[in-house]
Amino acid sequence: MAAFATGATRSLPQRGPAAGLRFFLYALIAVTLMVLDQRGGWLERVRYGLQAAAYPLQLAMNSPSAAWNWTRRTFEERGALQSENARLREANRVLQIANLRQAALEQENAQLRGLRERLPAVASRWLPGEVIGTESTTLRQRITVDRGATNGIYKGQAVVANGGLLGQTLRVGPWSTEVILVTDPEHAVPVQVTRNGLRTLAVGSGDSDTLSLPYLPIQSDIREGDLLVTSGLGGVFPQGYPVARVVQVRRDGSSPLAQVRAIPLAAMERDRIVAFVWFDAAHPAAPAPPPTAPAGGNAAVQPMTAAAPPPPVPIPSAPQPSRPVANPSTGAATVVAAPEAASPGRSGGTAGSTGSTTRTDEAPASVAADGGAAPPAAVAAGSAVPSTTTGEPPAQAPSPAPAAASTPASAAPAARAAAPSSQETAR
Amino acid sequence: MSRDDEPRGAMVLTALVALGLHLLPLPDAVVMFRPAFVALCVVYWSLNRPRAGGIGLGFLTGLALDVFKGAVLGQYALATSLIAYVTIRQHLLLRNKPQLQQMMFVAVMLLLWEVVVWAIDGWTGQVSMGLGRWLPVLTGTLSWLLIAPALGRTHYAR
Repeated sequence: MAAFATGATRSLPQRGPAAGLRFFLYALIAVTLMVLDQRGGWLERVRYGLQAAAYPLQLAMNSPSAAWNWTRRTFEERGALQSENARLREANRVLQIANLRQAALEQENAQLRGLRERLPAVASRWLPGEVIGTESTTLRQRITVDRGATNGIYKGQAVVANGGLLGQTLRVGPWSTEVILVTDPEHAVPVQVTRNGLRTLAVGSGDSDTLSLPYLPIQSDIREGDLLVTSGLGGVFPQGYPVARVVQVRRDGSSPLAQVRAIPLAAMERDRIVAFVWFDAAHPAAPAPPPTAPAGGNAAVQPMTAAAPPPPVPIPSAPQPSRPVANPSTGAATVVAAPEAASPGRSGGTAGSTGSTTRTDEAPASVAADGGAAPPAAVAAGSAVPSTTTGEPPAQAPSPAPAAASTPASAAPAARAAAPSSQETAR
Repeated sequence: MSRDDEPRGAMVLTALVALGLHLLPLPDAVVMFRPAFVALCVVYWSLNRPRAGGIGLGFLTGLALDVFKGAVLGQYALATSLIAYVTIRQHLLLRNKPQLQQMMFVAVMLLLWEVVVWAIDGWTGQVSMGLGRWLPVLTGTLSWLLIAPALGRTHYAR
């Protein structure tokens, strides 16, 4: 075609199927994809391939900033390096001292539990990765990290960053992984207040520096400044990782629920390096494995996903509260009683009884995943049963809190948070 | 089927650049103003080369956007191929119009694009009432002033 010919003068029928037909076909494909992706989750394989295809472009677009960082590092002043080195040494010393203390505490804890030897750290392996893409909108708070299935990453793996918990892996490609942040509005983390053991869910707000705790009744004992750590429920995150700090608690008479706002501790927007964590599943503080064994998961990571059916969990038939108000006299009391009765048999146990722990933990997760609107008592039972086994002092249990996390509304996010890997990991 | 004349290489290249611009890390303050480069690129090619396969280009770039954004697969693919189709249907009316009128059409296309994406977001259970998501329509329309001549150079200059 000549340079000035526009091509628009030719009539459309010359060229195969008309635009309308082609659009119809493409739209059909798109809608089919959406339905399959949304309803069935059958497209894991397709996504896996597409993520592989997208990786080079993501890497290319990230390369300018990566190159800039590299250049800056290369030409860094000797003095700057020396001072940084000194600072790191100092930090390392502080950490080592803190670690000594922790070792002593773990020893003491093990003795109190009647275990013969000290338990190893719950995190068995770390893998750092670099953020190569971010998606930060009110609907999606995601990052893409340059590690994937070839590095052994599996779906539903905890991701931490400097300062605290960052999120969990959502879609794993061969070389890259999409991580859903705790601030994503679709994400909920089971958390616990360190001060009093109060358990609830921290739900993302879509804002990168806010988490909300929407399921706390107004009378619950929570204050500004409270530290929230993972409670170990839900099967993804282990117990005791810092998540957020409460900055605002509002109680007005118009609502039975307190409005609680917290700031995530992980530097969501600033961290370029994040870490994937593998947990020793036999550890009491490890998260319970998800109900279905992640086929792609590292076998060494999740050996406890036994096929054995979950034993009957002592689910108290608590009345389903129409209003999400904690009722310590019915639900919580019964729930708390259960593990205490079970604990003598457990205290001397090792791997076997730990296995039973994980399986008990599994039950509510599967209930929540299957039922969608699971009875709130199931979640509460899940909260209470492992509590004595996951390293919390039993004194925490009788706080009037456990039922707080069990509002009917919380069942859906709990299911989302608890069992993200019920779909098989593509690998 | 005269496919030989179409600037397919330029189309693919500009589409890749547009996708890259979506991935470019930007500071928080700016990111909400980021125009929908992919939509602009697809509208441009559909308007100026209506027979070069704009719908397919829209579908594929949209699918890539789905993967990048972690959206439900097909969301952006549908939106982008839809605006490609509408543009191709209207290209004869618009080609020789002054740039201002083309810009108005582009604004409508970008709005349509965002509406489809928004509707599918709603259908998949992610309701958003924020006004921020409509900002790219404005910035995208304004950036047409730069993008249209820039894309024009890729094939008219041959």
